[in-house]
Amino acid sequence: MTMPHSSTAEERALTLEDFRKADVGEHAAEAIGQPSLSAWREAWLRLLGNRVAMAALAFLLLIILMAIIGPVLTPYDYYSNNLEQTNLPPSAEHWFGTDDLGRDMFARTWMGARISLTVGFSAAAINLVIGVVYGGIMGYVGGRLDDAMNKISEIIYSVPDLLVAILLVVVFEPSLGTIILALCVTGWINMSWIVRGQMMQLKNQEYALASRSLGSPHMRILFRHLLPNAMGPIIVTLTLAVPTAIFSEAVLSFLGLGVQSPAASWGTMINDALKTMIIYPWRLAFPALFISLMMLCFNLFGDGLRDALDPKMKK
Amino acid sequence: MFRYSLTKLFYLVLSLWVLASVTFLLMKSIPGDPFMSEKAVPPEIRARLMAHYGLDKPLYEQYFVYLSNLAKGDLGISMKMQDREVGQTIRDAFPYSLKLGIVSIIVSVIVGIGLGMVAALRHRKLLDSASMVIAVLGVSVPSFVLASFFQYIFGVQLKWLHVVGLNGPLDYIMPTLALSALPIAFIARLTRSSMLEVLTADYIKTAKAKGLSSSAIIRRHVLRNGILPVVTYLGPLTANVVTGSFIIEQIFGIGGLGKIFVTSISNRDYSLIMGITLFYGLILMCARFITDIAYGLIDPRITLVSGKEKAV
Repeated sequence: MTMPHSSTAEERALTLEDFRKADVGEHAAEAIGQPSLSAWREAWLRLLGNRVAMAALAFLLLIILMAIIGPVLTPYDYYSNNLEQTNLPPSAEHWFGTDDLGRDMFARTWMGARISLTVGFSAAAINLVIGVVYGGIMGYVGGRLDDAMNKISEIIYSVPDLLVAILLVVVFEPSLGTIILALCVTGWINMSWIVRGQMMQLKNQEYALASRSLGSPHMRILFRHLLPNAMGPIIVTLTLAVPTAIFSEAVLSFLGLGVQSPAASWGTMINDALKTMIIYPWRLAFPALFISLMMLCFNLFGDGLRDALDPKMKK
Repeated sequence: MFRYSLTKLFYLVLSLWVLASVTFLLMKSIPGDPFMSEKAVPPEIRARLMAHYGLDKPLYEQYFVYLSNLAKGDLGISMKMQDREVGQTIRDAFPYSLKLGIVSIIVSVIVGIGLGMVAALRHRKLLDSASMVIAVLGVSVPSFVLASFFQYIFGVQLKWLHVVGLNGPLDYIMPTLALSALPIAFIARLTRSSMLEVLTADYIKTAKAKGLSSSAIIRRHVLRNGILPVVTYLGPLTANVVTGSFIIEQIFGIGGLGKIFVTSISNRDYSLIMGITLFYGLILMCARFITDIAYGLIDPRITLVSGKEKAV
């Protein structure tokens, strides 16, 4: 800021008359100038200030919107074959081109987004519930029960997750339900460890002690005091669990264990397109581009969310 | 340390047993038996095979026969390739995967630590941002997207490298890069944050105050302490390389175990799927076991109580 009289101030020495006691009462001086904000609101403001995270969020919302309305925007549906119009490049007629059976790639791409997002969000939601309950009990009860439950989760965790998912889908036949369930067998463990760590820290806080000495039942302490305070790390873990599930689903689809034709996820579409990549590269381009962008945005948004919810963790 | 290793070994065996039991139960829940196929097997041979694998006995006895066969390393025979033992198939295919896997692990560790180190030493400068952009991209772009992108650019358009196959040293470039992108990103992030922490530590100030040159400080103090967390990542790194190999070997037409695994999935060759799953499980659990032990040896500060170090 530039002072209005900076040139004259240098020439003239300051005297006592230049200073006047501010006419502020004792109470006014103690007043808080800024409106008081809740921790959530403050985190939200921090998140709003993070341009990368907001751009990622905007893009994610756009993809979600397109997954909802995309398939209706084009007159073509995702399953009708048209053997006279196969492997067409993008055009005014077929915006993303057509595949080897003449199906419209625009409709297929957004149907694929639906499947990817459904798998991602459902798996993350199931993992959230199991992880919070299991981790909450581990951390809150502690002692022997904690030890035993922790050992069990460690054994499950040490069985490679993708292998278990592959086995389950092979045996129980691929469908949206089995894929989601297969991703949940090991997926909840990370969440349970995060919740457990939080519970162990929080249950010794004064407010938990105060609540206990007032005679609150355990459930009330757990749900009213501990869980709301553990929400930050839980939300961040949840945000990062969605792309992990989407990625695993894409790998399963790529291996031919995804949803069955004519439905297609991005993984299946990429797998199909790979065979003819040399001649029809655009068939690969759209699903590959969108899955990469979506994963990127989930990761960037998750990072931004972590920075916003827990400024101490920012490096 | 000895007790710690023993506990970890106990869990290794326990986890393997869980995986073996799960695969056994899944196998049994599939209708039919391993010797049913379009090609009819003579009843005497069928009876002998059934007896050899104990399939004529009650379920609990079958389970023990299965476990004792496993302990001897006998994984049974392939359902689709009647004359092939699962064990032999794995032995034939695994060396290709192993070579690619080892190259990929070495590349991931070196490049990842390098990127992370550069980012930490140039904190909040251009190189830092550049490394972190690479790291975010590495986490986000699925390996099959990356692999097909490389194939198209370097193989089809520029014709610098062979699109498929693993015959010369140059053929390793694309599969290795595609396989290593994710671990490189993880290791770079890990190294960066751990080195940033080390750089503000008191012993670095002491070393500076003593007048040690900055290259000596980085070499002797920062790097040695900064790459400790990378050791913990070696287990997940192996898992990444194994699961990545399913895809990469398929795309680049490498006849390793990953490709056999994918083929066995599409053929629904259950005994081969189960056998390879167990084999992978063994590798990954051993990798995790070695990681746990190595970390305990390298960093004496960590508490050698199983399970506690993961939870925080």
